[in-house]
Amino acid sequence: MKISKKSELHVSIPTASMPDIVFMLIIFFMVSSVFKQYDGLPVKVPSAVVTKKIEQGKRDICYVWADRKSRVMIEDQLVEPRRISEIVYPKLIDNPRLLVALKVDQEGEMNIVNDIQVALRNASALRIVYATRFK
Amino acid sequence: MFVGERRARVAEIPTASMADIAFLLLIFFLVTTTIDSDKGISLTLPAMGEDFKVQTQIITNILINDAGQVLIDDANVGLQQVRETISQIVQQSPLDENGRPRQIFSILTGKLTKYGIFIDVLDQVKQAGATKISIAEPRE
Repeated sequence: MKISKKSELHVSIPTASMPDIVFMLIIFFMVSSVFKQYDGLPVKVPSAVVTKKIEQGKRDICYVWADRKSRVMIEDQLVEPRRISEIVYPKLIDNPRLLVALKVDQEGEMNIVNDIQVALRNASALRIVYATRFK
Repeated sequence: MFVGERRARVAEIPTASMADIAFLLLIFFLVTTTIDSDKGISLTLPAMGEDFKVQTQIITNILINDAGQVLIDDANVGLQQVRETISQIVQQSPLDENGRPRQIFSILTGKLTKYGIFIDVLDQVKQAGATKISIAEPRE
């Protein structure tokens, strides 16, 4: 009796669509990544145990920076604290979900923080976040 | 004269390395994108003119002076004991209709108080389970 030889199997994964898959991944990353538009002042934010992640997209967050020399920056410009309301108010009209993140240096003084808060209240931007680090 | 037929040339771009190029690009974007999430302590400010009177006995005043010393209900408290002191007050506090402590904690700072100390105190007050926190305008 003749035993038939096992036919050799050529197994190969089709790789023709590989570039398409990879390109799709690239396009996903290119579209979803937001490049930093503004850079603020050099600050060292304080740390806190109750720090929570902000569950809101970067596009809905407006940053206010205040450093230890009491300089205040918003949208890449140094401003007087009470002028913040003029900048924040139109933004809030455009985007009612706007959240204001205060990036204040831990050596900063409270009167600056208060001036910013008063300006934000004047602009009815009431949802704020004190930016902190995890302790 | 014999005119030779032009041979149809098949020009092809090699696509075998396309995947490699695409992978390189992908890895570049993967490495260079930084997904730094924002984090912090969120709170809602009261609207302008939204002042109302509350009974003084349910308010605990937390005062922080310019030097960073803390005074809770007229008693000097070290920065490390804030949490303990507040949680005792929270436990003794009567509950409101939602089952949350009624006690209001008012944090008053000096104008020159360091923001870091304010956050430290706010952090401890939150850790102690206080839900009603008010931030007063700094005084001289």
